[in-house]
Amino acid sequence: MTSVAATTVPPPAPPVAVGDRLRLWWNSLSRPAHWAFAVPFIAFLAILPLWRPAFINTTAIDFGVVMAQFGMYALLAIGLNVVVGQAGLLDLGYVGFYAIGAYTVALATSPTSPWNITGDDGWLSRQWAWLALLPLAAAITAISGLLLGSPTLRLRGDYLAIVTLGFGEIVRLLAENLRDLTNGGAGLPRIAYPVIGESATNRGGIFSAGNAVAQPWMPNAGTWWFWVCLFLIIVVLLVVGNLERSRVGRAWVSIREDEDAAEIMGVPTFKFKLWAFVIGASIGGMSGALYAGQVQFVTPTNFNIINSVLFLCAVVLGGQGNKLGVILGAFIIVYLPYRLQSVEIGDESLGDYKYLFFGLALMVLMIFRPQGLLPVRQKLLTYGRELYVAARRRSRASDSEAAK
Amino acid sequence: MGSVTTAYLAVDVISFNVDRLVSQFWQFTIDGLEWGSIYALVAVGYTLVYGVLRLINFAHSEIFMLGMFGQYTVLLLLGFTPSGNAYNEGTVMTIVYLSCALVGAIAVSGGAAVSLERVAYRPLRKRNAPSLVFLITAIGASFVIQEFVHFILPKLTNGELGGSNSQGLIQLVVPQVQFTVGGGQVTNLTLVIIISALVLAVATDTFINRTKFGRGIRSVAQDPITATLMGVSRERVIVLTFLIGGVLAGAAALLYTLKIPGGIIYSGGFILGIKAFSAAVLGGIGNLRGALLGGLLLGVMEKYGEALFGTQWKDVIAFVLLVLVLMFRPTGILGESLGRARA
Repeated sequence: MTSVAATTVPPPAPPVAVGDRLRLWWNSLSRPAHWAFAVPFIAFLAILPLWRPAFINTTAIDFGVVMAQFGMYALLAIGLNVVVGQAGLLDLGYVGFYAIGAYTVALATSPTSPWNITGDDGWLSRQWAWLALLPLAAAITAISGLLLGSPTLRLRGDYLAIVTLGFGEIVRLLAENLRDLTNGGAGLPRIAYPVIGESATNRGGIFSAGNAVAQPWMPNAGTWWFWVCLFLIIVVLLVVGNLERSRVGRAWVSIREDEDAAEIMGVPTFKFKLWAFVIGASIGGMSGALYAGQVQFVTPTNFNIINSVLFLCAVVLGGQGNKLGVILGAFIIVYLPYRLQSVEIGDESLGDYKYLFFGLALMVLMIFRPQGLLPVRQKLLTYGRELYVAARRRSRASDSEAAK
Repeated sequence: MGSVTTAYLAVDVISFNVDRLVSQFWQFTIDGLEWGSIYALVAVGYTLVYGVLRLINFAHSEIFMLGMFGQYTVLLLLGFTPSGNAYNEGTVMTIVYLSCALVGAIAVSGGAAVSLERVAYRPLRKRNAPSLVFLITAIGASFVIQEFVHFILPKLTNGELGGSNSQGLIQLVVPQVQFTVGGGQVTNLTLVIIISALVLAVATDTFINRTKFGRGIRSVAQDPITATLMGVSRERVIVLTFLIGGVLAGAAALLYTLKIPGGIIYSGGFILGIKAFSAAVLGGIGNLRGALLGGLLLGVMEKYGEALFGTQWKDVIAFVLLVLVLMFRPTGILGESLGRARA
């Protein structure tokens, strides 16, 4: 009977897919090597709206504007990913935070709003008002996240989804009904944006909606906004990435996997759920402020509940919990409908069917690949990567020994 | 500093009108009960499915919407034209036509609910998916059904049905005041809606609590494994649950279109669905009588809120009510659990 230990067969190695091999390779790289790949890729993304290759360019709406919108959706997806992907809280009212961010900037800078603080006798100059209000918008949405989260996060998952759905709808209805404040359905026009680089051709500066040249290698307003988005995305990714690898991130994952077990193991679940909610909200608010600045006009219809579902679609499609995956998801959600707008079958533009396709994609994905296109593999340890590399080195060494 | 001095609080913008609520109290109550009956019927669909599967069937609002189109199709086939003029066919013929429409609505809604379960949820159940996956699938299904009616249905029917606009009016019942209760007017429509909702509610309650099939549903809701060991087919119970929900949603769709003949549109189920879900939660989700009570309560409260603050705040009130109930009594008024709620 002593031979049992010696004869036990090691468990068969799981099959290695192409994606796994790629991931192994990527994980075995050092951090500077990651950056060496990331920087050229970011640079490539940044010049994409200047380059406008024909097979990528969109015709119905300017490509720069599409990329700016992609940037905002990417921010939203990263924020929603913290809530849904990391902490596992299904938030169907995320558009509410987007709206609060946008309306913060709009209410403070639109001449139509009674709370306008820009202009000759205001506190802020119109030139820099937007920039000053960006952190304020993030802060106010964070507070709104706190206000919504503190009573509702004690609820179970399904209930939370519906309550947040109600919240999103309430925000929109408030924007619609508080007519004296938000101008109702007519919306708030002439929202401030950074006025930089005015010239004879660009009266309002490079960020003005009037700057709409559509030639290659000429940055228009959309492109400039995309660059602002890109900068913010990188900053937010760094912050969120560090959170993910910290005690906070580990708490989120434990809550997502099993809330009761996490609570018993001493994770203050409510506190960390609230943190996830607040951080997610403030990122959404930032995206809303970007939107208000770029479009320079907000109406309640921009914040319909269906947008919430679209954001969720981006997160689920890209891969819940994977912050790079959700950016891919956001790209698919924003870019494909615009690209397909110019593709026609019969006399129908394919772009009109976007909700049909996204709905189908959600259903099919949930059956066959619920983890999304780029699934996440959780690293629960701060030095998980180093440990992983060391473990792999050892196993490889033992493999080669066994081969002898 | 002019801009700062003109700034005022949002509270000033919302005005109260207590007089309106007091003077027209009965009228608002009757209207509320009318709406509440419709909410209650839809809420049963949510509550039964939740009780058995622990799943929020987000696409149930679309089942309701399909029911509206189902009854409309039957009316078109019967030779009615969407002219916008009210028809006056006499009491007997109106009842006959409405029965046909009811059959159409129930067939479409019930069929859609069962096929939704087959196509979307059953593969997930086989894979033991977590509840989040179910909910996302339900959202996807909701999109697909809506967009099907929005874009594909008009192609299939030569533009007769579906599309971006609501359907032309076919008005079979013209509201006529029958009698008054404390100053509130009760129309024939009110009677039809409240009485049919009551009949359906009692029938469903009897079915769940008194029949063999109902016992099966309750047993699966209480403990699926033991129920299976006792010879209850879980799959059949699930199909039956979806069917009951669909049938009631179809009936609610007919009642709704009687009240709002111009409400037949692809997006027409969404808000009503959320409110019906709120009603189910209000009464205690998973609990059949809770859903009925919650529906009536939500309808009435919403109307009182409307009287106080104005029509545009109606939806806000429903959602605020939902949040408040979940905060202070997360299991709803009558408590959860279909299995235990039989008293």
